[in-house]
Amino acid sequence: MSIWVDENTKVIVQGITGSAGAFHTSQMLAYGTKIVGGVTPGRGGQEIHGVPVFNTVAEAVEATGASASLVYVPPPFAADAILEAADGGVSFIVAITEGIPVLDMIKVNAALSNRGHVRLVGPNCPGVISPGKTKLGIMPAHIHRQGHVGVVSRSGTLTYEAVDQLTRIGLGQSTCVGIGGDPLNGTNFIDCLKAFNEDPDTHAIVMIGEIGGSAEEQAAEYIKQYVKKPVAGFIAGRTAPPGKRMGHAGAIISGGKGLASDKIKALQAAGVAVAPTPSDIGVTMKQAIDAAK
Amino acid sequence: MKIHEYQAKQLFREYGILVPRGIPAFSVDEAVKAAEELGGSFWVIKAQIHAGGRGKGGGVKLAKSLQEVRAHAEAILGMQLITHQTGPEGQKVRRLYIEEGADIARELYLGMLVDRENGGIAIIASSEGGMEIEEVARNTPERILKELVDPVVGLSDYQTRNLAFGLGLEGKAVNSAGDFMKKLYKLFMETDASLAEINPLVLTGSGQIIALDAKVNFDNNALFRNKGLLELRDLDEEHPSEIEAGKWDLSYIALDGQIGCMVNGAGLAMATMDIIKQFGGEPANFLDVGGGATAERVAAAFKIITADPNVKGILVNIFGGIVKCDMLAEGVVTAAKEVGLSIPLVVRLEGTNVERGREILAHSGLAITSADTMADGARKIIEAIQ
Repeated sequence: MSIWVDENTKVIVQGITGSAGAFHTSQMLAYGTKIVGGVTPGRGGQEIHGVPVFNTVAEAVEATGASASLVYVPPPFAADAILEAADGGVSFIVAITEGIPVLDMIKVNAALSNRGHVRLVGPNCPGVISPGKTKLGIMPAHIHRQGHVGVVSRSGTLTYEAVDQLTRIGLGQSTCVGIGGDPLNGTNFIDCLKAFNEDPDTHAIVMIGEIGGSAEEQAAEYIKQYVKKPVAGFIAGRTAPPGKRMGHAGAIISGGKGLASDKIKALQAAGVAVAPTPSDIGVTMKQAIDAAK
Repeated sequence: MKIHEYQAKQLFREYGILVPRGIPAFSVDEAVKAAEELGGSFWVIKAQIHAGGRGKGGGVKLAKSLQEVRAHAEAILGMQLITHQTGPEGQKVRRLYIEEGADIARELYLGMLVDRENGGIAIIASSEGGMEIEEVARNTPERILKELVDPVVGLSDYQTRNLAFGLGLEGKAVNSAGDFMKKLYKLFMETDASLAEINPLVLTGSGQIIALDAKVNFDNNALFRNKGLLELRDLDEEHPSEIEAGKWDLSYIALDGQIGCMVNGAGLAMATMDIIKQFGGEPANFLDVGGGATAERVAAAFKIITADPNVKGILVNIFGGIVKCDMLAEGVVTAAKEVGLSIPLVVRLEGTNVERGREILAHSGLAITSADTMADGARKIIEAIQ
């Protein structure tokens, strides 16, 4: 099993005719993702990599029965694309786009919260992969192996680093979710931890956080109370200076809040095995799994 | 993006938010002329830099005569103003703001920001004006009032009343505060602000609420639809390397160590800095070349890193996903040759086409040290610069 998506999930790609959308569609098709349609307003009737293009999400869903959408639409139009997906009938949305204005995301989250059945992952994220089954995103597929570790992270390449270590040490993954580096996102750590905790096929969890906000502290509280599976963690940004945005819009220490040291302390207090360096994420997970046996 | 106090106050005026009369000045003579034009019997001379804590650092002075205006302007203009937000080197003062003295009955605090935990705009108010709000939150959290605005409904009257009465305001000051908050909220939403802070917010002797200070930050991601704000950008307040990096769409932040870093991805870039520090080195910068790292951008990144005289060695850490390692290796080699690299360079490549990438580095004719893991890379670059 995996969380949220599997080999049967029918996916549409919004922004499929753009360069990123078209390229990643070909990559996902090669991985076996069931991409049944694409959406670009004004390009309905065309085909990209054998995938039919529609003018609207509603048309695409009507014609294909898709339940998930992947958003590669540029930042000025991305919030509108997410709302269109939700209104068009899909229940799972992954927004890859980086650079969406935060006020747009406030409105999107407020609108989506009125639709209990719609889940948004991202924005500004690598997407979701259930190795061996399906990939909705931009991550390099070949570093993943099917297995039983759930991975959740605010980062892109740092997640690849962690997944690569897991695969090399013999630990496959059930599902890897990039929740994104923006200050406001659709799905948070706790949503993922809850899903992994309830998924019988996920036996252990890797959680990768970074400076900024307090999502890691809240996740630590959740782990302490509910998660019985072994959890390994890593927090990036111990050396980040305060008041500076470290690449990600959400990675900023402000007013003495969002420090890596506080997050590490909270995770350790919740029983999470925190990797001492980013090179030790895989081995830390393995040790935590062995210790739980 | 940050702007100066005088620019924020101009924006406030456009939204009908009450501020004292004031005139910006770029020279001592202009400062004196501004005071003359404002009239009255006392003025405030304020250093205009983006960092907070200007008053404590000696950047805000009261003057009771035009001679005093001149003396203070001479002292402040051109000084290296050091505050808790500038770092020990301080920030050079290039602009002044001359303001009429205000009739202050009470000093309060008002802030508006994006609340990450609740996914909305939060309004923070406190009776402890003029103090660091973080300090108030730590020591006397009961003196912090907070209202969360529903993004669909907007700021409601009852919320402004909750805050105004909570601040102990009475009579027409309650309405004045409500009016102030609503106009500020309108400004916040229409300009895609990420933070608006008025500290102190002042209750005048005549019962009006005015902004004695004004700090506004804007969401960089929304500048495409607020192009007028770009005119307010002051490049003197930004690090030259950070400005250059911005032109190449590189995310760069200068630090004060010796090991330059070039990494793809923000999380991995932070983790690379962390591991250098853990193994006893000091990172010279944060640099994310991004997902679409082309040879030109890699070259630009190299030039920015090597322009820092503190840099004694460079660690490149690339996890090639969609971007292939051989392509990146070629970019690194070309760039290193172009800038005539003379300091140690350690490259850690992983991911797609990694063998081919390592071969390119090995046969480049350059003294590039290859590393297998992040830990290996950090150890090797620290060793190399000793």
